[in-house]
Amino acid sequence: MAEVLVVVEAGVKKVTLEMLTIARGLGEVSAVVFGEADQAKLAEFGAAKIYTASGADVLDHGAAPKATAVAELVKRVSPAAVLLASTQEGKEIAGRLAVKLDNGLLTDAVDVAADGTATQVVFAGSTIVKSKVTKGLPIVTIRPNSTTPVASAATPAVEELTVAVSDSDKLTTVVERVAEQKGSRPELTEAGIVVSGGRGVGNADNFKLVEELADLLGGAVGASRAAVDSGYYPHQFQVGQTGKTVSPQLYVALGISGAIQHRAGMQTSKTIVAVNKDAEAPIFELADFGVVGDLFKVVPQAADEIRKRK
Amino acid sequence: MNIVVLVKQVPDSGAERTLSASDNTVERGSASNVINEMDEYAIEEALKIKEAHGGEVTVLTVGPSGATDSIRKALSMGPDKAVHVADDALHGSCAVATSKVLAAALGQLNADLILCGAESTDGRVQVVPHMLAERLGVAALTGARKLTVDGSQLTIERQTDEGYEVVTASTPAIVSVWDTINEPRYPSFKGIMAAKKKPLQSLSLGDLGVAGDEVGFAGATSQVLEWSKRPARSGGAKVIDEGTGGEQLVAYLATEKFV
Ligand SMILES: Cc1cc2nc3c(=O)[nH]c(=O)nc-3n(C[C@H](O)[C@H](O)[C@H](O)COP(=O)(O)OP(=O)(O)OC[C@H]3O[C@@H](n4cnc5c(N)ncnc54)[C@H](O)[C@@H]3O)c2cc1C
Ligand SMILES: Nc1ncnc2c1ncn2[C@@H]1O[C@H](COP(=O)(O)O)[C@@H](O)[C@H]1O
Repeated sequence: MAEVLVVVEAGVKKVTLEMLTIARGLGEVSAVVFGEADQAKLAEFGAAKIYTASGADVLDHGAAPKATAVAELVKRVSPAAVLLASTQEGKEIAGRLAVKLDNGLLTDAVDVAADGTATQVVFAGSTIVKSKVTKGLPIVTIRPNSTTPVASAATPAVEELTVAVSDSDKLTTVVERVAEQKGSRPELTEAGIVVSGGRGVGNADNFKLVEELADLLGGAVGASRAAVDSGYYPHQFQVGQTGKTVSPQLYVALGISGAIQHRAGMQTSKTIVAVNKDAEAPIFELADFGVVGDLFKVVPQAADEIRKRK
Repeated sequence: MNIVVLVKQVPDSGAERTLSASDNTVERGSASNVINEMDEYAIEEALKIKEAHGGEVTVLTVGPSGATDSIRKALSMGPDKAVHVADDALHGSCAVATSKVLAAALGQLNADLILCGAESTDGRVQVVPHMLAERLGVAALTGARKLTVDGSQLTIERQTDEGYEVVTASTPAIVSVWDTINEPRYPSFKGIMAAKKKPLQSLSLGDLGVAGDEVGFAGATSQVLEWSKRPARSGGAKVIDEGTGGEQLVAYLATEKFV
């Protein structure tokens, strides 16, 4: 059986486990790791082989050296497919790889069938597309929260790669990585529950209400663009067309009207719940359960009720 | 500094968008078309750099002849001139082919700095900037929320899930920007009038030495097999808060096993 290369996100995120799960339907799974990764986790989810590449040459120059490493590996092992995460870096590596190999590329897939056909959800979640790479092997980026990771233990062989990093792969240099306050909340794109606030939340201080509900539910916090633009919450938490795409089991929209560009980032959520004081707000058209009311009354009451039930 | 800004025309994301029933490409006829929003931020950044350091700003678009509207709109913000690559053979092009054409055009433009949006709202592929860097052999600084130019030295800040990174490179380089980088200016009346007279050069594939069968459906590296509309979500229960809205909400979450 041919190998399937899965390019692992640093730290082994949930999307990596999803990719490993999808990859098992395509061939024998080989994980490609840049830097450190939890190899036990990769083994638990079916990696039969782990390729690792490290060192400053590979790690500190963005996507270019990593694309070179994957391209060399593709030429050497002729895999059945290459899967990468639909993250900024995953797409960057994928784009370079496609050019290097003069190969097709599909982004933001939610599934890949055994024959390489990828399923994508486009246009603000309104349209489902099935596509295929017609030149070369399938290079596909997978959107987080596309599938439920299923374990399938393997005992991987580990191989350290020596990557021939050229000068043209080192034209950019990451000179600083600044970690910002992160707390214990799950990551937005991978969270099973997301609680988002919009302009209706009113100010930055009031976002504590949104955070409180998120924490009680064990979820992540999101925000609409209006809330971000008004300075209520940082940009990396923006959900929507120009923010993150989330697809959690539960999405809670508080004081969000439900503009089409916001829907673009959350429409594929399994269950949607909304609180909005305007009964005509478009968010109610997609909410499985809606409360027409003042979020400053409804949310604290809901929080109390959850505490009572715990 | 010689700056080229990549501007793509896309269907308005606020309007209904669809794929064509006949050939599965993005339907550009029925939707109203606009400048890809992120590219307006790239134009603004280019103009700010020109104002601070001097130079020239050229808009480059690969797209159908109707894209001229968006090019004129881009010029009305302040760039000096535009290049429009239009060719019937381009219809149906994939990102790999589009990057080939953009790279060929950029090869004639001698840019020190290429600015573009981080992603287009129709494809959302976010890959064109890196494809171009790969093809042109220039540095790629992508996803910038801040750009500093110091002679030939470029420094960006880019948001990551964990915080942010500071990344540097020297020109020539391609920099893609997010909407957090600046606030694009509105075209002035004077700008709109001036835009009508600014040079707009049209190029065909032949002018760029790209063969027709390297692009479009003939050269596509991927293919849409089929598409369908997802069933529209329908609203479920809606209660009006009369004092117990929060409790009812939690009762619902409990039946769905979220609490
Ligand atoms: C190209 C483009 C890209 C965009 N990208 C995004 C994107 O990525 N993400 C995004 O979110 N938007 C995006 N937008 C913006 C989008 O069109 C909307 O403007 C935005 O989503 C509105 O945010 P909102 O719902 O928080 O604010 P509003 O539309 O102002 O809605 C606020 C809501 O809060 C309700 N409310 C007010 N007070 C209360 C209260 N006390 N209790 C309960 N409810 C209350 C109001 O009834 C109202 O429905 C984009 C727009 C464009 C043009
Ligand atoms: N056909 C095109 N013409 C001009 N610029 C483009 C074109 N396609 C993509 N771009 C640029 O590349 C950026 C990223 O696009 P994409 O990779 O399609 O998400 C866009 O914001 C544009 O600046």
